[in-house]
Amino acid sequence: MCGIVGLFLKDKTLEPKLGDMLTDMLITMTDRGPDSAGIAIYGSEADGRTKLTVQSDAPDAAFDGLDGALAEALSTDVSIRVIDTHAVLDVPAGKGEEARAALAELRPGMRVMSAGDTIEIYKEVGLPEKVAERFNVRGMSGTHGIGHTRMATESAVTTEGAHPFSTGSDQCLVHNGSLSNHNSLRRKLQRDGVRIESQNDTEVGAAYLTWKMQHGATLGEALEGTLEDLDGFFNFVVGTKDGFGVVRDPIACKPAVMAETDQYVAFGSEYRALVNLPGIEDARVWEPEPATVYFWNH
Amino acid sequence: MQTYDLEANGLRGLNSALQELNGSSNKTAWEIVNPKGSHAIAVGLNSPVEVTVKGSTGYYCAGMNQQATVRVEGSVGPGVAENMMSGTVIVEGDASQYAGATGHGGLLVIKGNASSRCGISMKGIDIVVHGNIGHMCAFMGQAGNLVVLGDAGDALGDSCYEARFFVRGSVKSLGADCIEKEMRPEHIEILKDLLARAGADAKPEEFKRYGSARQLYNFDVDNAQAY
Repeated sequence: MCGIVGLFLKDKTLEPKLGDMLTDMLITMTDRGPDSAGIAIYGSEADGRTKLTVQSDAPDAAFDGLDGALAEALSTDVSIRVIDTHAVLDVPAGKGEEARAALAELRPGMRVMSAGDTIEIYKEVGLPEKVAERFNVRGMSGTHGIGHTRMATESAVTTEGAHPFSTGSDQCLVHNGSLSNHNSLRRKLQRDGVRIESQNDTEVGAAYLTWKMQHGATLGEALEGTLEDLDGFFNFVVGTKDGFGVVRDPIACKPAVMAETDQYVAFGSEYRALVNLPGIEDARVWEPEPATVYFWNH
Repeated sequence: MQTYDLEANGLRGLNSALQELNGSSNKTAWEIVNPKGSHAIAVGLNSPVEVTVKGSTGYYCAGMNQQATVRVEGSVGPGVAENMMSGTVIVEGDASQYAGATGHGGLLVIKGNASSRCGISMKGIDIVVHGNIGHMCAFMGQAGNLVVLGDAGDALGDSCYEARFFVRGSVKSLGADCIEKEMRPEHIEILKDLLARAGADAKPEEFKRYGSARQLYNFDVDNAQAY
């Protein structure tokens, strides 16, 4: 099944409440996906800095002295903010790829969840409420965010199988459905040098979008491409540094509801997820059309 | 009039209270407040009770309805009035996918739009949609009438049996074995009655009728190679 929630704020005064609103939406979707949960938050940006969110199953050992070790490896300043099994490393802009390579050497078991100017991704196995609590998602502010509650079908219930997936700078994707041509597409993308780290079908969807955008496509064009090149069922909700997009496959059997007001654009797998948003009574509420790309930019 | 706060008192209490009336001729009126998109509101009713839902609902509202009148003052999620046997379900807003699926009887009125698979496998239900409908509507429809004041999406009536489809606007495409048919006086009469009962402001003469070409559901020896 799986549940998706997304919130793209137009009204800056709501930004401090983004995490709080998204957490409520996420918990409402628990019975669509009690296995694991995840959230991508587009938060604050520091000039000239890049953020890497990393995850480890043994966080105490992995994060102890990591900032110092990475600073030494990169010969630059690095700061670290540890949140449960995740940590956000702050490195100078342009050092992202170098940092990623160094981390693979320094902490081989650690996973990079996301990298970018504003994106942070937190995901773990467990009930959505517990996952949100562990990372204090309620306390997070930001411009937009996407959350996912997972009921696994295509790969195991693990942290790396949880959504969102990020395969490019400040990009993320969540998925409700199942892709049937992900194995062949994974091989094709990997041959083209795209980094894909799991056996999960959704990661291939995310990597496909990254690959399209690397080849000059806009987010909208990349989403259009999914309708041609991906086989299977999908509702995708995607985020970029300043954008938010939605696309459903032509069969459109996975549920989706959207709402828009002057203050926000919201996505929910069900209307239940949206009922407590401010001004929802007067919002434009609609079901996104099949095979139609929707996106918004700041 | 009895008012039930769904958020405060829960779904099971509501459905068991409404189902307690089953078998009676009790025409009481109920109002359900704070539905907040909940699933399975007012399902399995079998009495002439009148239920008004003050807001939008989730999956399977008014499923398996018999006799009751359920009015939703909002939009509904997937599967509204699924497998309805009799009675009336009125949706003031839009309906998500497979509205009225497998319905055997009764009247389903959707004042907004219905999305994909509306009336899939309909078996005698009458459905009137004031707006548009999505793709694959009335797939394998066996009996009943689907009336659409707006436009229909792709593959209307695919593999249908004897259900009738009346569309006032455009039809994006017809499904396999579904064709446009002549509108005869008896069809005008059926449509007139349905439009009146659904409170729809439209003239029967503005509609086109579609239905089965009856080529698909009989064995045809010329197709033997394909089986």
